[in-house]
Amino acid sequence: MRNVLTTTKRWSALTALALSTTLVAACGGGASDVAGEGNSADADTTLTLVAYAVPEPGWSKVAPVFAGTEEGKGVGVTASYGASGDQSRGVESGKPADVVNFSVEPDITRLVKAGLVDEDWNAGAQKGLPFGSVVTFAVREGNPKNIRDWDDLLKPGVEVITPSPLSSGAAKWNLLAPYAAKSNGGQDHAAGIAYVQELVTQHVKLRPGSGREATDVFRQGTGDVLLAYENEALHYDLEHVNPPQTFKIENPVAVVNTSKHLDKATAFVNFQYTPEAQKVWAEEGFRPSDPAVAEEFADKFPAPEKLWSITDLGGWSKVDPQLFDKDNGEITKIYKQATG
Amino acid sequence: MSISTNPEASRPELSPGDPPAVRRLPRRANGANLQVGVAVLWLSLIVLLPLAAILWTSAEGGFGAFWSAVSSPSALASFRVTLTISVGVTLVNVVFGLLIAWVLVRDDFPLKRVVDAIIDLPFALPTIVASLVLLSLYGPGSPVGIHIQHTAWGVALALAFVTLPFVVRAVQPVLLELDREVEEAAASLGANSATIFLKVILPALAPSLLSGAGLAFSRAIGEFGSIVLIGGAIPGETEVSSQWIRTLIENDDRVGAAAISIVLLLISFVVLFVLRYFGARAAKREESAR
Amino acid sequence: MTLSRSTQLILRVIASLYIFALLVVPLGAILWRALAPGVGEFFASISTPAAQSALSLSLLVVAIVVPLNVIFGVPTAIVLARRKFRGKNALQAAIDLPFAVSPVVIGVALIVLWGSAGLFGFVENSWGFKIIFGFPGIVLASLFVTIPFVIREVEPVLHEVGTDQEEAAATLGANWWQTFWRITLPSIRWGLTYGVVLTVARTLGEFGAVLMVSSNLPGQSQTLTLLVHDRYTLGNPYGAYTVSVVLMAVALIVLVAQILFDAQRSRVKTDD
Repeated sequence: MRNVLTTTKRWSALTALALSTTLVAACGGGASDVAGEGNSADADTTLTLVAYAVPEPGWSKVAPVFAGTEEGKGVGVTASYGASGDQSRGVESGKPADVVNFSVEPDITRLVKAGLVDEDWNAGAQKGLPFGSVVTFAVREGNPKNIRDWDDLLKPGVEVITPSPLSSGAAKWNLLAPYAAKSNGGQDHAAGIAYVQELVTQHVKLRPGSGREATDVFRQGTGDVLLAYENEALHYDLEHVNPPQTFKIENPVAVVNTSKHLDKATAFVNFQYTPEAQKVWAEEGFRPSDPAVAEEFADKFPAPEKLWSITDLGGWSKVDPQLFDKDNGEITKIYKQATG
Repeated sequence: MSISTNPEASRPELSPGDPPAVRRLPRRANGANLQVGVAVLWLSLIVLLPLAAILWTSAEGGFGAFWSAVSSPSALASFRVTLTISVGVTLVNVVFGLLIAWVLVRDDFPLKRVVDAIIDLPFALPTIVASLVLLSLYGPGSPVGIHIQHTAWGVALALAFVTLPFVVRAVQPVLLELDREVEEAAASLGANSATIFLKVILPALAPSLLSGAGLAFSRAIGEFGSIVLIGGAIPGETEVSSQWIRTLIENDDRVGAAAISIVLLLISFVVLFVLRYFGARAAKREESAR
Repeated sequence: MTLSRSTQLILRVIASLYIFALLVVPLGAILWRALAPGVGEFFASISTPAAQSALSLSLLVVAIVVPLNVIFGVPTAIVLARRKFRGKNALQAAIDLPFAVSPVVIGVALIVLWGSAGLFGFVENSWGFKIIFGFPGIVLASLFVTIPFVIREVEPVLHEVGTDQEEAAATLGANWWQTFWRITLPSIRWGLTYGVVLTVARTLGEFGAVLMVSSNLPGQSQTLTLLVHDRYTLGNPYGAYTVSVVLMAVALIVLVAQILFDAQRSRVKTDD
């Protein structure tokens, strides 16, 4: 009898303790992870943003600015960052999202096909692309290997860090840039592919999953040059060189039409094109799509000699299947063979 | 809350004079079937069904898809890295595990209790914390100047950390129960310590050593959380199969991920089975020798 | 076999050094890094909104996983300890399976079963019940890895205790619920408690499987371990260290519980 009583007493005590701990813990909570910040009790609506790996510096600044506007009052933003392809596939498989911001357009197209994004997402003036960047070479301090142009990457002993195109959007931009340069905008396809082949098989050893992971690997000491978004190099203060011929990176943003906060999400996306938001993006190192703001920040974003864009190559609908299809893309096949 | 003072009154199907054991059985038999059924259902839903789903998915694309996933250069490289590092770590932990178990059982010194308790820490610590813990000491910014992040040594260190308790805890109880008489007899017959150890003690410990090694190896080849920060997933050098599986599933290659998973599971089971078999044989030999 | 003094000493030193370099020093390093900037900073770091959400999510998962494991695990242990039946060996092996499965493989298993493209994808697609990328996924992953603990801690205790008391209760006319509640349950309370402690620790510490099935959104679907990983990869190593110390404290509680449990068991043995 004694056993039963003490057991019951002990277990009720433990259960009470457990319940109270859970209740106490449940009182607080929110998305912000900055020490010292209180609860985000002001947010009546929280939008979930699923983005590619690198735009965190921009979104973390732009979201509070939006919350300060009339339309954005009471709106908080929770964000998830990761490799563009993986994130896109995640949303397709059910990862919750109100707004998506990927590195490359095909990752949005995938969601259009799945019925999660309206077909007219890019019907606006800026075609759904509020900001972008260019492909740059991030090098070691002092640029000891003197890397200035695409041919320098092929010099013996140069290790190039670039992510895997199977998961990363950055990877696609990084490989499209030399492809476009060497093939003269796609006219000499073989030359372009030949360069990519040599680059990937001889000079790429690692397979980081995303642009951010590639930056991390480079910053931790591996590799001689990192192919990256200019905004990454600016954010981490990496010494970087824009090659004379580079590629225009344009990162799409869209609303997920199954969102429970459709009006707020749409307002948030539309806000990105306002001069206010465009300035924030520019300040964080992203090339704004608004021409007036771009003019203002012209010193920060030097114009390369030749800036290729996806339109020159025939658009994503042509380029993505041809070069980056999971099984048959020419560049994907080179990549798989070289690094598995 | 009161127990009936007239047991027969509430249980008419029983006749007085039956021994207690027989009287209990008829009521419980149906209950037991239900209990077994519930246990099986519980296990199936939580453990067996998901594993069966992996098996099914790995076969979805036919043998061709399975084989190409399992024999891709990355998969093979990951197997090579995983197996070599795991075998090495298991061997090291067998040696050190035996040594530590010996010291804990046969020796006595202050703080022994503390050391004994600490051994189980890797069991209780979250793997991601283990990764951080090792990284803070043996990674960049290391206060002791050892920087092995992104190297196979870093992976080996992490695996050694998480598999340390297996061999120690497997050997300890057996060592404790070991009959010292045989050792003393051998000593009185003129055998030196080394001979006694090799011919008397080691064979007696062999089953538990093998069992502990099997568990350690099984854990090592599947380990993920503790190497994810310190390893760096360098293909061919530090990328282990669990990381490759994760890459595959993120790239939406479910069949490939399932196929590699099946291979890992198979290796695990085979090693456990083989070691258990040899352990049982060694145990039988020990018993017949006595 | 008695070893010479010097051999004994050497063994002692080697063992201590191994454990020191592998366990003690790294743990000390984390503690130092987390607490060196000051206790105030430490508490600020573990009380951010995201950290609070992670704590409540982890505790919520525990609050579901523990009762389930007790409700289903104790009868399973009883059945294994007291009954003979066909397939008992297979059941025993199945219970040990989670120890041999990689956390990543567990994640893959759950995804290929419950994911929208998985074998039971209709649950999400037709019934709208999200398992992968939802809370149930985290619970299922935690259940998978914790299933053996309660069962494996209670079963040997049942063996040791034997059925004498229960048979006595039966002859005195107790029904099965009375016997269970007043005889069986108290007799296994130490094993059960330790099994629960292990379950809690394992649930709080699960990483690989949860990483794969969770949508990992700060403030919503991040457990404590996911928070540690996130903080480190997003360039906040100090934040990762502080949460790690919290998790280390949980591990320490487990160790203390184990010492107590072992002491209790040896006491019970000598009592009999």
